Amino acid sequence: MEFQATNSPFTGEQAELLNRLLPGLTETQRIWLSGYLTASLHTGAIAAAPTVASSAAVAEPAAPVADVPKDVTVLFGSQTGNAQGLAKKLAQQLTAQGFDVTLSSMGDYKTNNLKKVHNLFVLASTQGEGDPPDNAIPFYEFLHSKRAPQLAETKFAVLGLGDTSYEFFCQTGKDFDKRLEELGAERIVPRADCDVDFEEQAGEWIGQVLSALGEASAAASVAASPTATASVNEEASPYSRTNPFPAEVLENLNLNGRGSDQETRHVELSLEGSGLSYEPGDSLGVYPQNHPQLVEDILQATGWNGDETITLNKNGDTASVRDALLHHYEITVLTKPLLEKVAGLADHEQLDALLEEGRAQDLRAYLQGRDLLDLIQDYGLGSIPADELLSLLRKIPARLYSISSSFKASPDEVHLTVRKVAYEQHGRQRYGVCSVHLAERLEAGDTLPVYIQHNDNFKLPQDASTPIIMIGPGTGVAPFRSFIAEREETGAEGKSWLFFGDRRFATDFLYQTEWQRWLKDGVLTRMDVAFSRDSDKKVYVQHRMLERSRELYEWIQEGAVLYVCGDEKHMANDVHLTLEQILIQEGKLSQEAAAEYLSTMLQQKRYQRDVY
Amino acid sequence: MVQYEKYPPHDRPHSDVEDIKRNSKYLRGSLEETLRDPITGSIPEDDNRLMKHHGSYMQDDRDLRNERKKQKLEPAYQFMLRVRASGGIVTPAQWLMMDDIAHKYGNGTIRLTTRQSFQLHGVLKWNLKNTIREVNDALLSTLAACGDVNRNVMCNTNPDQSAVHAQVYDWACKVSTHLDPRTRAYHEIWLDEEKIIDSRELEAEQEPIYGAVYLPRKFKIGIAVPPSNDVDVFSQDLGFIAIVENGTLVGFNVAVGGGMGMTHGDTATYPQVSKVIGFITPDQMIDVAEKVVTIQRDYGDRAVRKHARFKYTIDDRGLDWLVSELHERLGWQLQEARPYQFDHNGDRYGWVKGSNGKWLFTLFVQNGRIVDLDDYKLMTGLREIAKVHTGDFRLTPNQNLIIGDVSSQKKKKIESLIAQYGLTDGAHYSALRRNSMACVSLPTCGMAMAEAERYLPTLIDKLELELDQAGLRNEDIVVRMTGCPNGCARPMLAELSFIGKGPGKYNMYLGGGFDGSRLNKLYRENIGEEEILSSLKPIFQRYATERTDGEHFGDFVIRAGYVEAVHDGRQFHA
Repeated sequence: MEFQATNSPFTGEQAELLNRLLPGLTETQRIWLSGYLTASLHTGAIAAAPTVASSAAVAEPAAPVADVPKDVTVLFGSQTGNAQGLAKKLAQQLTAQGFDVTLSSMGDYKTNNLKKVHNLFVLASTQGEGDPPDNAIPFYEFLHSKRAPQLAETKFAVLGLGDTSYEFFCQTGKDFDKRLEELGAERIVPRADCDVDFEEQAGEWIGQVLSALGEASAAASVAASPTATASVNEEASPYSRTNPFPAEVLENLNLNGRGSDQETRHVELSLEGSGLSYEPGDSLGVYPQNHPQLVEDILQATGWNGDETITLNKNGDTASVRDALLHHYEITVLTKPLLEKVAGLADHEQLDALLEEGRAQDLRAYLQGRDLLDLIQDYGLGSIPADELLSLLRKIPARLYSISSSFKASPDEVHLTVRKVAYEQHGRQRYGVCSVHLAERLEAGDTLPVYIQHNDNFKLPQDASTPIIMIGPGTGVAPFRSFIAEREETGAEGKSWLFFGDRRFATDFLYQTEWQRWLKDGVLTRMDVAFSRDSDKKVYVQHRMLERSRELYEWIQEGAVLYVCGDEKHMANDVHLTLEQILIQEGKLSQEAAAEYLSTMLQQKRYQRDVY
Repeated sequence: MVQYEKYPPHDRPHSDVEDIKRNSKYLRGSLEETLRDPITGSIPEDDNRLMKHHGSYMQDDRDLRNERKKQKLEPAYQFMLRVRASGGIVTPAQWLMMDDIAHKYGNGTIRLTTRQSFQLHGVLKWNLKNTIREVNDALLSTLAACGDVNRNVMCNTNPDQSAVHAQVYDWACKVSTHLDPRTRAYHEIWLDEEKIIDSRELEAEQEPIYGAVYLPRKFKIGIAVPPSNDVDVFSQDLGFIAIVENGTLVGFNVAVGGGMGMTHGDTATYPQVSKVIGFITPDQMIDVAEKVVTIQRDYGDRAVRKHARFKYTIDDRGLDWLVSELHERLGWQLQEARPYQFDHNGDRYGWVKGSNGKWLFTLFVQNGRIVDLDDYKLMTGLREIAKVHTGDFRLTPNQNLIIGDVSSQKKKKIESLIAQYGLTDGAHYSALRRNSMACVSLPTCGMAMAEAERYLPTLIDKLELELDQAGLRNEDIVVRMTGCPNGCARPMLAELSFIGKGPGKYNMYLGGGFDGSRLNKLYRENIGEEEILSSLKPIFQRYATERTDGEHFGDFVIRAGYVEAVHDGRQFHA
């Protein structure tokens, strides 16, 4: 149908816009739009145009709900705390609307309550290869098992958090969304698949949920004002993810001794005057600058005038092209949505071809390890004006680092432990954005925009006498420096055991003298180390764990809490398998029983992971 | 005669090191465990004290100390490993082993020491066991290379008198073996020998010579063959001077109570030259050595380590007491000392044919450091020579190297390798450089107060300019430098010496005897390079014009009144 002013309620201009927009929409987009309009009709307010074109929701049009039962359950599966923060926000809003809200981590949730739930909202992030967060795994597995109840009386909505630069973007959210539908639940708001800059989209989703539940007034204000929902961690401090604190650098040094082939920065920042505080296990969000050389190379490749002023966002903020590239946009990661949008501008045959159905493999291969400069050079994008191309980019995301200090031991300070990433790929030197910023362009006296990201899933035991086992090779040792400093400061009496590993003893033993002192003082009970390049045999932490399997098992039997921090792919999985093996070997458990044991430990938070 | 109490003193506590040794179960301590401790590359100080007796001690790279401290890393701990060979003689296979472990476990260089031993630097704790095992597999040892025991027995390298050298060398080995510690701790810890668990067995392995607390301090023995005093026989706790009559070794003069070490600012400590007390026949040598060692064991000071060397034991009681105590223990008397004549304590470079028809080539090795430099591949050259050489290598007491026992047939091949790698006999260097020695000092030595090995060559560059001006380029002058006053390069016997006082600052001493028989004396205190050069310039010039025929620099400075002659250490500070 072709809209005209005469055959529709629209003005000529509106009709023309709709005529341009509607034929190009995919099936999913139309379904989503239909649901969205229905819901907003009910709330009587339409937010600023949602920028959710990437969200691939499959949903029935959401029906306006009249008499909803007042019980609401909000479940979150959170690794770094973002999903948790959003869930908390939603719960607060719902409570304010008079709903009877149960807010729970999936890890803590008693699954036999599920069939009684009338309104279920699920917020979940996705890890690495499309996996759920650790503490969500048991719930995820339960819901996908035969034991999961039919949920015909349940209304639900799902929000996923992810990163479009990963292949399995928001996979856990998608899985929950699909599964709840399979179990007969009724989707009342289409799923939101949020990218790393999630605030705006998440705010809209919360608004939709509220309105779908029939409480319009509050929903409108939430949806219309993203800042109101964005700050998920605010406490006393006015500083947050969207309003980071400019922390002064107190110290920035290399922890690796001369002769090392690695560089690990120990950065001490001042939080004085920020009102920010944190607990061991929390992370610090850092907004880095892009590498000036990469920015100059992009300017050269495009011929853009670096001094030209462009508009950055809807608020009308402006910056020079150079500053925008340096501070505002993500220029080191390519995503499929970005390429799709660029293809719309560029009219480049090969780029179009790469995006065709059936070339997913090739696309993935191309995206891997390439940046904006590659894209510009490979597809001759120099002719696109700066403001047009830049407006397609994601905002530069904050980097999260496990904090390596204890706020109690070092008041008003926060310490980071960051390994510099630099490597050659596709014929060019590549840099980790934040790590190289810290390593090469940050001196004492400079400031760095930061915020605290609380992480309830990586916390010292409440009971200070509980033994802890910490496995943290490389920079994974960061939170354990925080743990031990905290336990020293608070005089905690629980035993502690640290497994650390890296390449070489002589140069790569991060914080060596501090561990030595803590061992001497008895704050740290035991420490085992593995250095992979000191001998012919590549020895890693899991090998040391296995060598000590009897004692490790005894500690676990005594109720020790296990912590694993660091690389997921190469370390955390091996450590997990090793723990299983230790349970089989020392506890005489079957393979299944060992897996079940660890699963229970995860659920009971006796096994906590902060892996990346 | 006055009777002295044994294991003195009794009115003051013995030093902590005495306790460590006494409680060590014959040098075992807790080394097995602390060597395994994976959290640190160090061992505790108590074990380090014991470790010395096993031929190694802990050091750290002092260049990196402050930097690493900031980086929250412990000091760059590493071990110095000393490999001893009586008289400094090793086979080509042993040389190749040293070269191999220097690259595998050390810092890629070998240091020849002033006691004819090898030193490896930079060995990490984790590699010690393999390193020591490989040393022993090649029939060398590190046992007793340091510590409160008899150290490597030195012996004149004597390129000329082959037959006498062979005999003297043989006695050096016998004395050394006789005084080796008997504890099995070394074999248990490093060579995986089965452990002695039964305490009665432990008692049974007692040290018949040393006892459970070993000596109060290190003990040094050297054997000289006149006219060469290359071993600096008067610096030894116990020296033997070979007496050769009509080409035959008839016996040795015995000299006691030498020693170099002192402490800056403590005049109760001083270097001393030994005194000749009589003559013995060769077959009496082991008996004398053992009895002298037991006297020091029984009477050396165990309270104050810097007063524990044999020289103080003797000086406190008098030489007569020592001689009669020795006679009593021997049950017989030394004969009257025979005449002898030393000419020099330095090395003579280049090719020499021994009386047995074999050839020897003495190579100049700057400060004893075997290393490949960009323009001088000394280490590679020696490795290539070792691969074809069928004779021996001899480490000289002046940190040089002799390629010894070369047959006439092999000489050509060795000569061509020497030429190929440009290995030098030092002929193109100034005589001052050819007669120079420096200890290791910074960055590895924990006692160093100033640079030595890394600085002396540069200082000599500058001194050479003065010598050239004075026309003294080819005048043999013995110059030595150490980073501290413990005396590893025997600086107190040099004609000109520098002893580190602080960074860039040295005490300058003049007047040692060219034959190694006279101590030198402090001339300028705590001076830097500029003052060293300006104060030496006029002395060199006067020496050039005023010296008498054949007068050595050390003798001249005394005659000219710059310093007084010191024939006894008790006058060193006077």
